[in-house]
Amino acid sequence: MARDGKREDLPRPPEGLSRRDFLRGGAVAGALGGAGLLAGEMLEAAKKGPHAPHMEAGVEVWGPGPVPMRLRVNGRPVDLLLEPRTTLLDALRDELELTGAKRVCDRGTCGACTVLLDGDPVYACSILAITVQYTPIQTVESLGRPGELDSLPAAFVEHDAQQCGFCTPGFVMATKALLDHNPNPTLKDIHHALSGNFCRCGTYAGMRQAVLAAAAADDDDDDEKDEKKKDGGRPPTEPKGVGHG
Amino acid sequence: MVEYFWPEAKDRHLLGQRISRLDGPAKATGRAKYTYDLLPKGMLWGKILRCPHAHAKIKSVDVSAAEKMPGVKAVRVIQGPGTEIQWALDEVVGVAATSEALAEEALRAVKVEYEVLPHFVNEADLTKAPKVDAGAEEVVGDPDGAMATAEVKIKGTYGMPPVAHNCMEAHGQICEWTGPDTLNAWCSTQAVAGLAGQFAEGLGIPAANVHVMTEYMGGGYGSKFSVDRWGIECAKLAKLAGAPVKLMLDRRAEITVAGDRPSAYGEIEVGAKKDGTLVAWSSKSWASGGPGGAGNPPIPYIFQVPNRRHKHTSVPTNRASARAWRAPNHPQGAFLTFSALDDLAAALGMNPLDFVIQNLSISGQFEKVYREELQIADDLMGWRQRWHPRGDPAKGAIKRGLGLSLHTWGGRGHRSNCEVTVHPDGIAEAKIATQDLGTGTRTVIAIVLADSLGLPLDSVKVSIGDSRYPASGGSGGSTTVGGVSSATRRAAQNLLVTLFGKAAPELGVKPEELEAAEGKIRVKAEPAKSLTWRQALSLFGQTPVTATGANPGTGDLTTSGVGGVQMADVSVDIETGVVRINKMVAVQDCGLIIDLKTAESQVYGGMIMGISAALSEEKVLDPVTGQVLTTDFESYKMAGIADVGELVVHMMTGPGYDERGVIGVGEPPVISPGPAISNAVANATGVRVPFLPLNPRRVLDALGAAGTAGTAAKKETA
Repeated sequence: MARDGKREDLPRPPEGLSRRDFLRGGAVAGALGGAGLLAGEMLEAAKKGPHAPHMEAGVEVWGPGPVPMRLRVNGRPVDLLLEPRTTLLDALRDELELTGAKRVCDRGTCGACTVLLDGDPVYACSILAITVQYTPIQTVESLGRPGELDSLPAAFVEHDAQQCGFCTPGFVMATKALLDHNPNPTLKDIHHALSGNFCRCGTYAGMRQAVLAAAAADDDDDDEKDEKKKDGGRPPTEPKGVGHG
Repeated sequence: MVEYFWPEAKDRHLLGQRISRLDGPAKATGRAKYTYDLLPKGMLWGKILRCPHAHAKIKSVDVSAAEKMPGVKAVRVIQGPGTEIQWALDEVVGVAATSEALAEEALRAVKVEYEVLPHFVNEADLTKAPKVDAGAEEVVGDPDGAMATAEVKIKGTYGMPPVAHNCMEAHGQICEWTGPDTLNAWCSTQAVAGLAGQFAEGLGIPAANVHVMTEYMGGGYGSKFSVDRWGIECAKLAKLAGAPVKLMLDRRAEITVAGDRPSAYGEIEVGAKKDGTLVAWSSKSWASGGPGGAGNPPIPYIFQVPNRRHKHTSVPTNRASARAWRAPNHPQGAFLTFSALDDLAAALGMNPLDFVIQNLSISGQFEKVYREELQIADDLMGWRQRWHPRGDPAKGAIKRGLGLSLHTWGGRGHRSNCEVTVHPDGIAEAKIATQDLGTGTRTVIAIVLADSLGLPLDSVKVSIGDSRYPASGGSGGSTTVGGVSSATRRAAQNLLVTLFGKAAPELGVKPEELEAAEGKIRVKAEPAKSLTWRQALSLFGQTPVTATGANPGTGDLTTSGVGGVQMADVSVDIETGVVRINKMVAVQDCGLIIDLKTAESQVYGGMIMGISAALSEEKVLDPVTGQVLTTDFESYKMAGIADVGELVVHMMTGPGYDERGVIGVGEPPVISPGPAISNAVANATGVRVPFLPLNPRRVLDALGAAGTAGTAAKKETA
């Protein structure tokens, strides 16, 4: 479904610097903006726009209307005009169409919105986008796509660690954070790392296997360079009666 | 006349294998788009103002301030002055605005005055109910006489509270009008085909003008069959605003009004001979699932005690109406029955496994299935080696115990239609207006189609989740897999009749001498004599070849009825009251299995959902305000990955099972965890914790009440 239906009360980024232009030319914009800085043109344009900052006690104050901000998502900078109260989750989902992170509890308990912030798993529903402007954000969409899956989602597929799939991206990202920090986790490590996420369909048995298999696959990848796993990558190895606690 | 059948084991190339779900890659990479994820052009956000009272009359509603707010595009009074509200968080006003935040601000600007009326929400104590609907007493044999002569009998009171479905994707939809009376609706639903008619009825437009779409949906468990009032309101807001509206419930509403498994309570007396043979049963049960009360659970469950009496009372409460929750009524029936039977076995001094086997002759048509499953479960759990009488003699605070339960379910395939089209490029496409709840529906259709046509999986395409495809039933009662697989099988066989009819003259044989296998149409007796799939299709020119199939139909492709056994191994800390699952074993029958991998996942999933309900889930209702208090994931506690113990699943397959055809398996495995775990806790501690969930408070209450006396159930020896 096409999305360019903008909230009509929000201003668009300045002429010639649309969100899509930024997405497309992210690398260039990033180079221009430099780490920690908004793209100069956009900032200047925003200062002249309907939501220009006002001065309070000699300080330039932005908001509560939309303000320019830059996020670094999946290795690419993207400039957005968002109200300061916008959560990272809503920015990802509703502005960038990265809907892998789900909104379920919207209060930092279910883990369905888990993304990586500078490599650490966080609940995107409980972080304001404006506060993480200069921090690398990684979402589940960075882990391949159907037909060219990374070993981690491939392990979730192979071990059927998902049913309805609504919680799955959150679990995948929590698992990625675990394996990035601890390539050879024990079952106890897995339980600890994934206890900030809930699944309602009851896929924990497959998840245990998937995480163990993904850890083993990462070892393989080290040997074979990072050849992408096909869907379902690993052959089934487990006997009947699985999901050991 | 085509004879429809499932192939013999030797002729199946995909059926029964372990095949990964086809939509797994899209889901695991976040690329699958659910209703909640969609953002049609110009979309507005819908929100609903909900009544804070469990029972009230609306005196006035003032939406004038909300209507004037910039960015607010539609405001609708859903229930106006004079309406009597029957449960907390019922819908009062709907708004649609250009952002979610604006919609919420608009709701805050609405003024509603209520006349608060008395409410009743806690039915555990039946004597406090202001109104009850007592059912007729059912009597078989001579329960009084048999009870009087029973050598051992027990009396107990048991119960379980209401629980929520708590779907990860909340209930909701996006509605978009494409003309004055034509509607697109993307819905998180279990009933794509059925919803079109529900929208049409609610909106007064032709059903044929409603297009419902559900490519992916984030869980239903029985709670998503209805268009619901919020679905109709979403469409009305969209019409008023002249723009598409997305309206998804927030978590508080999701738990409070969009999911309720009715409670069940029972006073049970049951008697047996000294050898354990059941002779008499007497029970009174009561339950509620909102203003309509709640139906009668099947009691006694499975064991048709020859002399029995049962009476059920339905209790209306000011709670949102119950919705089907995975295996409706069976978890309640199983918990009440197997708790009492386990207490009786303890009073008899019998191993519950022996007690169950002693009574299998009154377990109905699945006696043989249960007998085989109990043997396998015993082996997988090590029951006979590890079982001890009630009260773990081990020193220290941690007590370990075993419990078991049996269950049954129907699961015959529902009404379904399938259209198969083989395109000139060779791809075979199945179209069905069904939906994949995460059960693997998409995948089983593909397996049946590919297996039937002798094609590899990547040569078939499955198109579902669209009300414009051939109609299929809602996904409830484990009826989907039997329905869609049977319809697909019949369509595929019909297609082959057409293909064979054209191919036979080419190969110089009769059509009935042909088979489709290994991507070829070939002569059964002489496989080298064949046409490739594409050669066969080319006989039809550029026109796709189509066929349809339906369920029900001739040939026993799906039947009803399964049996299952579960065993639980738990540890209980008698100082803290914490119950831990060490291991669960599920042995499950579901006839002919199409995809072993996703079938096992259903059993794991049902078992985990049952564990969660047994240990910690409860819709706690505040008697003062009538509101549900457990409306988030902190207080509505579901099991996490560390809480479910080691899980062992064994599927019954092969002779004795396969020939019964395809039978659903979503419901049965959720039934037994409650009683199995509760019985294991009783075995560990020596004390019956009579009410679920087995949270620390309930465990400590039971231990405290029992003191050092032992069992809470009264043993009476004649």
